[in-house]
Amino acid sequence: MSGGDGLVGIVLVSHSARVAESVAELARGLAGGGALAPVAPAGGTPDGGLGTSAELITAAASEVDGGAGVAVLVDLGSAVLTVKALIAEGDELPAGARLVDAPFVEGAVAAVVTASAGGDLDAVATAAAEAYGYRKE
Amino acid sequence: MLDTAFFRRWLALAAAAVDREADRLTELDSAIGDADHGSNLRRGFASVSAALDAEPPATPGAVLVLAGRQLISSVGGASGPLYGTLLRRTGKELGDATEVAPGRLAEALRAGVAAVAQLGGAAAGDKTMLDALEPAVAALGDTTESFAAARDAAEAGAQATVPLQARKGRASYLGERSIGHRDPGATSSALLIAALAQAAEEEA
Repeated sequence: MSGGDGLVGIVLVSHSARVAESVAELARGLAGGGALAPVAPAGGTPDGGLGTSAELITAAASEVDGGAGVAVLVDLGSAVLTVKALIAEGDELPAGARLVDAPFVEGAVAAVVTASAGGDLDAVATAAAEAYGYRKE
Repeated sequence: MLDTAFFRRWLALAAAAVDREADRLTELDSAIGDADHGSNLRRGFASVSAALDAEPPATPGAVLVLAGRQLISSVGGASGPLYGTLLRRTGKELGDATEVAPGRLAEALRAGVAAVAQLGGAAAGDKTMLDALEPAVAALGDTTESFAAARDAAEAGAQATVPLQARKGRASYLGERSIGHRDPGATSSALLIAALAQAAEEEA
């Protein structure tokens, strides 16, 4: 529990370390000034390859857990399945960790903005999911 | 009755089969996937073997739960959480029993396969591991002799994925181009069930 200040923590799980780190940077940047909710990327495998690492995900989740819940956003395939399986394990992720059904980039920005504004886990999940509703044409 | 040693033998045989067939699995996966199924599963089952040697579990259920956990944490691709869920759910169904009747294992495996279907949102016919696992557990009866029938059903199920169009996973993006290729997940599932049958034959 090193995240803090009662804000919801955000974990960004991508098959690529660079994608996860870049999306975290983008979301932090767009969330603007003031208090920032803790955000941790969990991208790729521990050896730097493409894929999903349960180990990196659990480490990221405990890093951002400040007791207010952790919203986990994922890109695709094994990232989705690994987080679902970890949540089913019961004791791998912090209590209150939730897989949020949202588009990865847009959802991450919405989640970090909402969490930084003090939104609770439901508000963060709802804001991230609403990013699906924003059409681009 | 099947004891803890039987379950360890099953997983050791599965690990050996995955190691032996890893190149073939990756070759199948290079046709319709991202060409890592063999290497991912080899890493996962090596981790299972190491964990089972490091702290040998006391019951059949504990063997499967530990193995499933290792697969989830070490594979790196979708097969990790899927096989991990299969073994963990099966192990949890077996509870604390120190010996398991073949019929009990059949029931527990059916629950494990159902959990895989739920996690992946897939069904038989989608060109996934379920195309081998579902016929296998359907063929399992209450004797160890039925494990051979399960092996044959899994192999036939894996072979029957060739003409199917993938509807789940990376292969589904290929649409009709996934037709004509044997599914790597169904193929590795057939190896897992063949290892079970082999463990049962060595038991007899």
